[in-house]
This record gives sequence, C-alpha cells and structure tokens, in this order.
Amino acid sequence: MGKGKRKVPGINASSTADISFILLIFFLVVTSMNSSMGLNVRLPEPPEDEDLQNPPKIKKRNSLVVLVNMDNKIMITQGEKLPYEIEIGELRQLAKDFITNDANRADYPEKHLEDVVFEERGVEYVLPSGRQQSITSKHVISLQTHRGTNYNTYFEVSNELYGAYNELRDELAKKEYGKSYNNLDENQQMLCRLYYKTMISEAEPRSIGGGM
Amino acid sequence: MPELNTSSLPDLIFSILFFFMIVTSMREEEIKIDFKLPKGTELSKIERKTAVVNIYIGRPSSNYISQFGTGTRVQLNDRFANPSDVGPFVINERNSMRQADQAVMKVALKADENVSMGVMTDVKMELRKARSLSLMYSADERNAK
Repeated sequence: MGKGKRKVPGINASSTADISFILLIFFLVVTSMNSSMGLNVRLPEPPEDEDLQNPPKIKKRNSLVVLVNMDNKIMITQGEKLPYEIEIGELRQLAKDFITNDANRADYPEKHLEDVVFEERGVEYVLPSGRQQSITSKHVISLQTHRGTNYNTYFEVSNELYGAYNELRDELAKKEYGKSYNNLDENQQMLCRLYYKTMISEAEPRSIGGGM
Repeated sequence: MPELNTSSLPDLIFSILFFFMIVTSMREEEIKIDFKLPKGTELSKIERKTAVVNIYIGRPSSNYISQFGTGTRVQLNDRFANPSDVGPFVINERNSMRQADQAVMKVALKADENVSMGVMTDVKMELRKARSLSLMYSADERNAK
C-alpha cells in the first residue's frame, strides 16, 4: 500500500480578488486622471523703467489692437480706422487677414523680404519655396483687457488669436510640404513658426473700469 | 450544475488595477477652490508633469466659505494666498526642482472661467517679475465646429 502520489492541496485563492479590489479602489481614490491640457502662452520679460518711458514705436498699419472691455465686448482698433465692435466668431478670420495681408492692402501690415532660415549644428534649413520670403514680420497684435473683464471672454479671444496663427501655419505646411502642420518634422515646424511668428503682446490692463 | 470557475477573476482585477496605476497620477494637493475651466480648441498637453507648478484661482469651495469668504482667492499648494505671494512661491518651487526641470518649468493657471482679469493680471505680473515666463491657461477641450 505505497503512497505513489500524494495530492498537494491547492491554496484557496478566492480572496485574492477581494484584495485586488481593495487595491483598485484605493488607487481610484488617491489618484487623478492625467488630463492637464491648456493654452500655452509666453509672457513678456518684466518691464524695465526705460521701456515704460519710451514705448517702442509701432506704425499704425502694423498694429491690431484687440480690446476686451469690461462689458466683455471685443473692440478692434486697426490702422486709421475708428474702433469698432466685432463678435468672437469673426475674430479669427480678421486676425488671419491682418497677419497675412494677402491683398497687399495699404492699411494692413507692410511686407518685407526676409530670410526664413534657421541653423542647427552647421546645417541650414529653409522652406522648399526658397530662402527669401515676403512676410509681415513687423506686425503686432495687442491684446488689452480691463480689470473687470471676464476671464472666460479673455481666454476665448486668446484662443482665437493663437488659433489664427495655428491655422496659418497649417495652411503654409500644406502649401510647402503637402502635409498638415502636425505631420511635419521638428525642423519643418520650426520654419513654419518662423514664417508666422506669434506676435501677440499683452499690455498691462487699463486701470479704468474699476473693480476686481 | 458545475460551479463557475472564478480563478481568473483576480488576474482580471489586477489588470484593471495596473491600468489605473498607469493612466492616473498621485494627487499631490487638496484643491480647496471650486473652478470650472474655460473651453478652447487650440490646446496642447503637458509633456513633463514634474516641471509644472499649479496655481488655482477661484472661489473657495463650500467647506471653506465660512473661513475664507466667497471672494476670488488664489491657492498655492495647500493654502490660500494673495496674488503678491505668487512670485516667492514660484521661485521657491523652481529651486526645489531638478536641474533638468528648472529650464522647462511651466506654470499652469487653473482659473475659474468667471474670475475677472484683475486678479489674473496681478498673478501674471508676479510671474513676469519672477521670470517664470512659460505659462499655460488650463482648459478643457471643446470640439471644433
């Protein structure tokens, strides 16, 4: 009556599920979803006293002033025209027309022939259509607010302005490379960004309008 | 009737557990402010979470109203603060970061869509003075029309 085989009793694992459930719930509670998205902006350097006394001179045709007033209305001042109000939906197209000045209008930014080129480790990169490009490099979009302006309106206006640059770069990418901007490599994206440089300046808000 | 075999249940739960461990991150600070982020279309994701400093701006949430009122407040780490505290706070945070992160440090402004630009401007001015110029307005994705 030899014991040929002794059966090892299995470990009862039915509670493993409960244990892992508890771990799962613990992690659900103490962690948060990785959902940080946002609009990237670059702040200007802190103002020096000299800058405040002698603000840089900008030609009228080169400047587009977007003022979001305390009633959250968008007022546009451009060139010699009187300020006028527009809706948020019109802003992107207006900004695009202003930045490109395709029609070469006298009241929109002047175009200059400039080298669109950048160098990395001794290699120069240029756009397929050539090194010299006619661009409105001196334009400035000035975004102004009052202290009482609503943040949401300000954000939507910024979103439209940055969106105008993004759309223009995308159009340029399609024209030059036949691909959308997101599918370009880093050097090509850099060239598109040099062609359409973000020129949004945010002045300190006017103190009139009161209140926080 | 044969019993249902549940021996794969732990494996299943473990895989869900691992999934959540990967896609989520530890909550570092308690958020004492209610905010509803604005919605935008031109958003990008944060590439390096360790190089981000969060600043919350909004109304104190219901537990803190009795203590701090219903006005617009700034939250830095775990405490309420004034816009003028932002500069020292950011410099402090930058110094405690790793060298590689310091160069690409970014401030994420998580502000309620109903705050006014006054407080936002004060905070931005502090950031400029602290030479922390890379900024992100946190927002939710809005589907393009």
